[in-house]
Amino acid sequence: MKFTMSWLKEHLETKHKDNLIIDKLTDVGLEVESFENISSELDDFKVAKIINAEQHPNADRLSICDVDIGQQKIVKVVCGAPNAKKGLLTVYAGPGSVIPKNNMKLTVSKIRGVTSYGMLCSESELKLSDESEGITELKPSKYSDKIGKNFFKNNTEKIVDLSITPNRPDCLGVRGIARDLAAAGAGKLKSISHKNIKKDGSQNIKVSITKDKNQGCTIFGSCLIKGVINKESPKWLKEKIVSLGQKPISAIVDITNYVMLDLNRPLHAYDADKIDKEIIVRNSKKGETFEALDNKEYKLEDDMCVISDHSGVLGLGGVIGGTRSGTELKTKNILLESAYFIPRSIRKTSKLLNIDTDAKFRFERGIDPQSVETGLLKASQLISEICGGKISKFDIQKIKQYKNCEIKFNTSLFEKITGFKVKENEIIKILKDLGFEVSKKKLELNLKVPSWRPDISQPIDIVEEVVRIKGYENIQTIEPKKNRLKDTLNKQQKLFHFLQRSVASKGYLETVTWSFTDSKINNFFKENLKEVKIVNPISSDLDVLRNSIFSNLAFYLKKNLDRGFKDISLFEIGPIFKNNQPGDQLTVIGAIKSGKISRLNWNEKERSVDIFDVKKDLIQTLMEAGYDKQSFFIRDKSPTYYHPGKSGSVYLDKDDIDPVAYFGELHPNIVKKLDIKTEGVVGFEIYLDYLKDNKIKLKDQKSNFEYSDYQKSERDFAFVVDKNYKAQDLIEIISSIDKNLIRSIKIFDIYEGENIPDGKKSIALNVTIQSFEKTLDDSDLEKINKLIVTTVENESGAKIRS
Amino acid sequence: MSDIKKIKDEYLKKLNNNLDIESVNQIKTELFGKNGQISNSFKTLGSLPNDERKKFASDLNSIKDELQEKINSKLQEIEIKEINSKLENEKLDVTLPEREINQGKIHPVSQVIDEISSIFSEIGFSVEEGPDVESEHYNFTALNTPDNHPARDMHDTFYLDNKKEILLRTHTSPVQVRTMLNGKPPFKIIAPGRTYRSDSDQTHSPMFHQVEGLHIDTDINMGHLKGCLNHFIKSFFEVDKIKMRFRPSHFPFTEPSAEVDIGYELKDGKIVIGEGDKWLEILGCGMVHPNVLKNVNVNPDKYQGYAFGIGIDRLGMLKYGINDLRAFFETDYRWLNHFGFDPLDVPSNYRGLSR
Repeated sequence: MKFTMSWLKEHLETKHKDNLIIDKLTDVGLEVESFENISSELDDFKVAKIINAEQHPNADRLSICDVDIGQQKIVKVVCGAPNAKKGLLTVYAGPGSVIPKNNMKLTVSKIRGVTSYGMLCSESELKLSDESEGITELKPSKYSDKIGKNFFKNNTEKIVDLSITPNRPDCLGVRGIARDLAAAGAGKLKSISHKNIKKDGSQNIKVSITKDKNQGCTIFGSCLIKGVINKESPKWLKEKIVSLGQKPISAIVDITNYVMLDLNRPLHAYDADKIDKEIIVRNSKKGETFEALDNKEYKLEDDMCVISDHSGVLGLGGVIGGTRSGTELKTKNILLESAYFIPRSIRKTSKLLNIDTDAKFRFERGIDPQSVETGLLKASQLISEICGGKISKFDIQKIKQYKNCEIKFNTSLFEKITGFKVKENEIIKILKDLGFEVSKKKLELNLKVPSWRPDISQPIDIVEEVVRIKGYENIQTIEPKKNRLKDTLNKQQKLFHFLQRSVASKGYLETVTWSFTDSKINNFFKENLKEVKIVNPISSDLDVLRNSIFSNLAFYLKKNLDRGFKDISLFEIGPIFKNNQPGDQLTVIGAIKSGKISRLNWNEKERSVDIFDVKKDLIQTLMEAGYDKQSFFIRDKSPTYYHPGKSGSVYLDKDDIDPVAYFGELHPNIVKKLDIKTEGVVGFEIYLDYLKDNKIKLKDQKSNFEYSDYQKSERDFAFVVDKNYKAQDLIEIISSIDKNLIRSIKIFDIYEGENIPDGKKSIALNVTIQSFEKTLDDSDLEKINKLIVTTVENESGAKIRS
Repeated sequence: MSDIKKIKDEYLKKLNNNLDIESVNQIKTELFGKNGQISNSFKTLGSLPNDERKKFASDLNSIKDELQEKINSKLQEIEIKEINSKLENEKLDVTLPEREINQGKIHPVSQVIDEISSIFSEIGFSVEEGPDVESEHYNFTALNTPDNHPARDMHDTFYLDNKKEILLRTHTSPVQVRTMLNGKPPFKIIAPGRTYRSDSDQTHSPMFHQVEGLHIDTDINMGHLKGCLNHFIKSFFEVDKIKMRFRPSHFPFTEPSAEVDIGYELKDGKIVIGEGDKWLEILGCGMVHPNVLKNVNVNPDKYQGYAFGIGIDRLGMLKYGINDLRAFFETDYRWLNHFGFDPLDVPSNYRGLSR
């Protein structure tokens, strides 16, 4: 909402400086977006006087003018206007100025061999009128002492731009803003004085509001103004319109806009002669069409509120008028409309048709239903003053009586909510200044809410009114108490934070990527999950919610590789989506690693990253989070986006149904399709929702400290097993032979090749044997050795390698 | 006597020379070997008269001890010298780089969330979360923003269905609704998380982070709200004083509503929080609207309190001098390295937010 300070002062009597008013606006909740000169560009236009004009030597129609631009500066300007004569007061634009009409930037230029410093402007170039025949002629009586001054009067004053919250339609008019300021002590609200206007004859175009279901119009006020001469607006009106960045059109249109901005009372003017017999306000029928003032043809649905006549739709009530009945410069008789449309209906219609207009914006927020006549009065009076014409009696059609909302307000609520006291008298004064009717009844105030405040309907709204006018700085600061009754984080949240930092501590950079992704990339990782489409994505490559944490990681891995990074470790912890209902999401850690370990390292041999790097990071992370590695179980099944032979899943326990994590190499096909160029891409995922609460507090994690000081022995074994036989099974067999004796098992070699039959491999392990009870002698050890060999051979089909 | 004295002097002299280990051993043999000079002298003991024998034996023993000691110390000396010279040869260029370091980092958003949680933990808030996908009801209607409310236009919402019933939450406020529906007052929670609006430029990103705060009890008023936010902002920016301004504003789910600005100034192109005469809007807040309380079955005549919503990314930008919001989500390895935090820098009550 833009307005100039002088406009504000038409409604507000104030001696306060601009800055105080600006601060007050902020204090009462009218956020000031900006407060600046209308446009520095307009400062470039100066009142100037031609002190000499002579014929251009090389062009008949051009003259060379010596122009006084004030401050004792005379410049030479080449001018083509026939009225460029000595002594003329006009408007000068210097080099660097931008001409409003065509946005052309002036430069010092040679015109037929003569250098011209700037330009003398026509009214059309200044967008003041369509007059382009000659340069602007200023009246000496008014301008002779203003040479060198800015031509645009309003650029000496400043324009305020407010961001009006949707609850305050009343402040979409300058008067509403003035009212708030007055209530807050920044001045006095001037009363509106209407000159008595003479009403001649009746409004003889019949208006009816049909009783359609959900009729969007409840009041339709109108008057006829006959015999007008539509024309350009007078300067004061043009300047007002221009100062707000709008374009003057014609007096009648400008006046309706002016009243809208002044009082937040939208109006519409019809060319009365173009109305076919009568006005009918009704619901539209599907398929009806009309051409709107934005020159677009709209096809209507059922039940939109339209203003129509016998020939069809004239306009969408409260949204946009139609070209068929629009006013023109030659319009002689007008019908002026001032109506009330229901916000819900306006919103529905404009959403469906995707129209946004000033009128729609205002009606959608709620126009004062009691301003119908005021609007007609103010506008018809201005029209008759400027354009002449006879004003008819007003015709007000209503299908619903407006009743002011009434609220019983107990003033103690104020202190209860705000924490500070304001005297009842002061509360009453504030409310009265805001337009409330107040009567006291015992402990309560009976309040009648002004009709321009559709946002106020209950006591809490009154608290807000009083506290914002009184000032938020009056609210005390109560220091918070430092006591805690409940744990800050629950188990799952603690796990989240723990795992996040645990993974990071293994050399991964945490990233945060969109929850959405490119469906083309998502398809590689989506498995059997449902694709979750966004109906209105921000761009076509961010069109689905991610089914996997890997789609974005893979995408950004490539981006970083393209930036020239080679060895990359990235991870993200966040949601993935299984379906499109609230709660259909899982929290997942995804980590991805590419390139080499010890690249170009002087003391270690470099090698590509492999799945045992990520397996280590994964297992260690789970261990750090308190899960018992001894019971982990690895399976070789994993999602299809992993390399089928180089990936696995981790179960917290052999009997668990769901894995808690996957690890492996990214499927080479995907790597190729995503054009990821690196030595290797491996990664892991942890599903936090599947990580059971291990219910172990740190104090419970510590079992009794048992140890043995008896001699321990180590024995090496090598078994030849089928190539697909799993080391995990071998370890499981050996460790369950005698849990009291077998302390640890380490695999130190895997061998295939010479001396090993095809389809077989050799697994070499080192077993540590130690008793809690005694030092084992040779025969004890021999016994356990034998037991290991026979058990392994029997249970796995392996053969001890001799 | 003079013989053995001579031997002693001669060999002590020899042993004072710079000798290698073989020469010392040679001397050892010459003195104490089977036919060594000292060994031989001992053999002469028997042929001496009784009165001389005692004295000679005593002298010989002391010379023997002296020489032996000298030899031992010489041997030790050589050994040390040899070790030293060997170590000297093993000298490494210790300025060569260490083995590869892979330092991981925590994203600024995560760090800021932990900082926020730590600050609010101290004054008794606990953390709640809610789903990213929300129903239109939880995101808007239950928060006193009915379908025809123009405030809905201010949230450019991503929808997941054509009926516009399922959406990506536009703020963390639906967590308020879920928390209150699932529990009984009092409520004292914060809810950090991802939020979404279809808007993208230098200061808007289609995904961003918010933290919601909610404190409902029988007597919580706007003074508590002011105190809580004042405490938070001071603690977060790690300053003693903060210039703060509460301005009336409007949110459908709070009444009265406020926006909060903090004072700042620009020093060397960087924003300095807490001083200066410029204002920066950082959060929205207010007293929870009675309609919202009714919607979640909390009696507004008995309970009241405040709620607030703060942009997490924006807080992080201000505190850590990050200019472009979009960079948060672009996974530029250089950016993550530069603005990321060491995983051991865990913000907590007792050690504070910073080192």
